[in-house]
Amino acid sequence: MPVIEVAGKQVNVNEEGFLTKYDEWNEEIAKVLAKQIDIELTDAHWKIIKFLREDFKTEGETATSRRVQTVGGVPVKDQFALFPKKPAKKMAYIAGLPKPKGCV
Amino acid sequence: MTPEIVPNFGSENTDRKLAIICSKGNLDMAYPGLILANAALGEGVETLIFFTFWGFDMITKSRMNDLQFSPAGNTAMHLPGSDMHIPQAMMPAPGMTAVATRMLKKSIADLDVPEVPDFLDQIVAAGGHLWACRMSADMNKLTMNELRDDVEGIISASDFIEMTDGAQLLFI
Repeated sequence: MPVIEVAGKQVNVNEEGFLTKYDEWNEEIAKVLAKQIDIELTDAHWKIIKFLREDFKTEGETATSRRVQTVGGVPVKDQFALFPKKPAKKMAYIAGLPKPKGCV
Repeated sequence: MTPEIVPNFGSENTDRKLAIICSKGNLDMAYPGLILANAALGEGVETLIFFTFWGFDMITKSRMNDLQFSPAGNTAMHLPGSDMHIPQAMMPAPGMTAVATRMLKKSIADLDVPEVPDFLDQIVAAGGHLWACRMSADMNKLTMNELRDDVEGIISASDFIEMTDGAQLLFI
């Protein structure tokens, strides 16, 4: 697996560029990752990213869009507005987590 | 200096389009179309669903909460988590459909997958389009009033074919 430099820090990523080690992520890295996929982070984005980070800690897997709505309290419609076209994958990428596994 | 690796989330303006025709009203056959529609929307694919024949029940307010699953005639059905089959001759027994429906609903809920009306809410929130079949509406004597409010219209098969020009198509 490649090691790349993001925001001045060496991080492990998979072949697509998703971070593979939970503890290597920080908020500065998130900002750079977001910028790379043309997203400017606002408070609304941070609310989701922080939820994903916390939820991963307890669940051991990345929350799906459905879970971000039902547990995280951010409606699917807003997720699409904040992370256009592919919210689940974009949210996971910026939060330094693997792509969600669930189908729904 | 290490190279940047940025995931390819595809171009913002993909013209990929998916048309799904839902023609079944059994609980188990309602889900494949919804799961695929939801997945396609999550990948940024424009998605249109056409509800026809028994699939019409999925968008009919008085019926959408009461889709059922019957093991009768379904030889692939086995007891959950086991390879054991119940003999087909027992399937039409009174109460069997209710039990099977309850069991299926529970397995679906255990996976955090919503019930059909909730699922359609999510699909519409994700930008999906719901269309109702003209012939099915006429056969069932139903109008827009009896359908979910987010159904965009009752249209003919040829209208749907026309609006899904160039789309990939799934018939379920």
